[in-house]
Amino acid sequence: MLDNTPNLNDEAARQFQICNSCRYCEGYCDVFPQLFALPEMTAASATHLANLCHNCRGCYYACQYAPPHEFDLNLPAVLAELRQETWERHARPQALARVFHARGVAVAAALIAGFALLFFVMARLQSEGGEGFYAYLSHNAMVAIFAPAFVLPLAGLALSLRSYWREIGGGRITWASLRHMGGSVARMKNLSGGAGQGCNFEQGARYSNARRHAHQATLWGFVMCFAATSVATLMHYGFGWEAPYPFWSPPKLLGVPGGILLCMGTGALAWLKLRADPELGAARVWGGEMAFVLLLFTVSATGLALYAATGTSAVPALLAIHLGAVLAFFVLTPYTKMVHGFYRTAALLARR
Amino acid sequence: MESSQAGEMMLQYDVVVVGGGNAALCAAIEAAEAGARVVILESAPEHMRGGNSRHTRNFRCMHHGPLSVLTDTYGEDEYYDDLMRVTKGQTDPTLARLAIRNSEACLPWMERHGVIFQGSLSGTLSLDRTNAFFLGGGKALVNAYYACAEDLGVTIRYNAEVAHVDLGDGRFHGVTLADGEQIEGRAVVLASGGFQADLDWLARAWGPGAENFLIRGTPYNRGTVLRNVLDQGAQSVGDPTQCHCVAIDGRAPKFDGGIVTRLDCVPYALVVNRDAARFYDEGEDVWPKRYAIWGRLVAAQPDQIAYAITDQKAQGLFMPPVFSPVKADTLGGLAQALGLSGDALEKTVADYNAACREGDFTPGVLDGLATSGLEPPKTNWARPLDTPPYYGYMLRPGVTFTYLGLKVSERAQVQGAHGPLPNVWAAGEVMAGSILGQGYLAGFGMTIGTVFGRIAGQEAASHAG
Repeated sequence: MLDNTPNLNDEAARQFQICNSCRYCEGYCDVFPQLFALPEMTAASATHLANLCHNCRGCYYACQYAPPHEFDLNLPAVLAELRQETWERHARPQALARVFHARGVAVAAALIAGFALLFFVMARLQSEGGEGFYAYLSHNAMVAIFAPAFVLPLAGLALSLRSYWREIGGGRITWASLRHMGGSVARMKNLSGGAGQGCNFEQGARYSNARRHAHQATLWGFVMCFAATSVATLMHYGFGWEAPYPFWSPPKLLGVPGGILLCMGTGALAWLKLRADPELGAARVWGGEMAFVLLLFTVSATGLALYAATGTSAVPALLAIHLGAVLAFFVLTPYTKMVHGFYRTAALLARR
Repeated sequence: MESSQAGEMMLQYDVVVVGGGNAALCAAIEAAEAGARVVILESAPEHMRGGNSRHTRNFRCMHHGPLSVLTDTYGEDEYYDDLMRVTKGQTDPTLARLAIRNSEACLPWMERHGVIFQGSLSGTLSLDRTNAFFLGGGKALVNAYYACAEDLGVTIRYNAEVAHVDLGDGRFHGVTLADGEQIEGRAVVLASGGFQADLDWLARAWGPGAENFLIRGTPYNRGTVLRNVLDQGAQSVGDPTQCHCVAIDGRAPKFDGGIVTRLDCVPYALVVNRDAARFYDEGEDVWPKRYAIWGRLVAAQPDQIAYAITDQKAQGLFMPPVFSPVKADTLGGLAQALGLSGDALEKTVADYNAACREGDFTPGVLDGLATSGLEPPKTNWARPLDTPPYYGYMLRPGVTFTYLGLKVSERAQVQGAHGPLPNVWAAGEVMAGSILGQGYLAGFGMTIGTVFGRIAGQEAASHAG
């Protein structure tokens, strides 16, 4: 319904004005105290508040003005639509963002393309021998594919964030704002419901911490997997300690539990998403969001499978599938739900 | 829970709770915890459940020392004095003190049953000692209680409007729903709210001007059950013209506009009627203490309408209204936009401005900056209205709940023509007239509902068991 609203900003401003006269939801999250402190509502403020919203939905289920009330308040939905609009508008090129944010089938196609590319490369570029995975794909070939696939999307995302930061007038980053952001992200404070009771997601009007816990597993699992790759890169170039690594080594000790956490977290998020009301989010991008969660699940599940298959004949195929999924994930980073973490971090850092 | 008799479904419960707001839920939870088979008959559909409780925001609570989100101490006598001030003595002292004394134990009970409190909301700092605010407001409280009741096995029926309460032979037997369905029970708790949504009843009490009243809360409190049991000899208490009635934005919806339709601008405004004439001291006291009298003041004006006029200086001194005010660069332009006589408004403002004195203006506290030689005076915050643009806010009486209700005992038992009805209890707005004869004290409605809801639930379960 909201996706065709001619001016999302006007609709958000209308709803904010009602919220500002009520204030019952002040304790749920960071959005409301910041909203109530604004001298006036501007498009930039609305964009900032939209990116601060974690879609916990507490304010919707507590709202005496939710539809079918004639005030028709659905703040989680309008803010989700506004966030989505922000991400697509600041993306470069915007067309890619519009396709991959909204369409799960496009994400799946990118994943298949990733698989195909890796199978093709592994078939054509025979490794000149090497241990472990390098027996199938040389280290140099891996770097040739993944270095640009990692750096270029991140560079594009950095430009998007810069224009977002300017739009909202984010201001100078201080130690205090860094501490605030770090504490909020580490504890997912804005999914706590304000008092630790959690959010209203898969159980409607009942509170639950399931989504917060699933998101924490996903976030920390992702961070550990990323750290495993980073530390392995450091070991490779800095210390000449090349893969394959034994279990009792930093990359494996970070990567295996990280992969398990990521797998469990994304699996739970997908399950919760099936049970939640799509009308309280950006309904038009439901498919793209779900595909992104499943893409992360695929990355972690195939990574674990690959480790489990060590020494078997399944390794080459699993390696191509895993690396294909990782490739698709990296390349799509600026054009999928993955950006939410960057924008929300920026919103938590912005001048309050 | 349901038994089939003689081929037709005849539902029988230990305790039938009529209503679905705070008092009803507290009663149902207490009764279910005591082991009773309980049904809640909520006349509203699920999305509108909770009666007026869905619009509430806090609970006024006696306490000795900090309690949950409440600071300092709020003792029984101070609480009682606050109540007596607003009701001008129109209260039952025994029931009032009972409600006050029990409130302290209610707050932890509420928390145990899922209610989450938050510190007082921005703009309400004066209440952080006396009133505990619900995180998310009254609908979140209602949601928590419904979840709790479901978990306790209470049967919850929505769209279940009770048309008749069978009090044959002076005791409760069962209820008949609007669709003819009959539900039997050993005891009943009546927690069906006031009658404010029945505009005809309001008009009978107030006269035809009641057509211009706005109903701030649920459209489902039509007083059907109250009227039904009064007709069967239940004793009433309270004056049908008394209600919690505040001045709200005249553009609010006819029903269910709730908290956002309130206007806090009066102390910093001039308030004029349809004839652009002032009629009461706008600066008599800080707004929270005068909030509840302005509904009746506006109701007494021609066409039950008034206009609060401010200039640019007053912007930002009060909570932002949900509807943007009418704005004009001149008083004449504002009068035209509001449909008032420009000459009359200019004269009223000129007279007022001429009566303003030099002095320090301090918002939020009684600053003593009063007019001199003006009738009626403005006794605080009287600054000249001279800085355009000018703003106009239309005011109408907004009825929150009516006070005519059922007379109850200290055990919340309903009184019949020949003494107490042995298995009939009442709680919440439907009996609040016993305690609130007139006036209103913020957060006290929820205190009455919680205290008497719990008592009624315990008593009904004990009777049925």
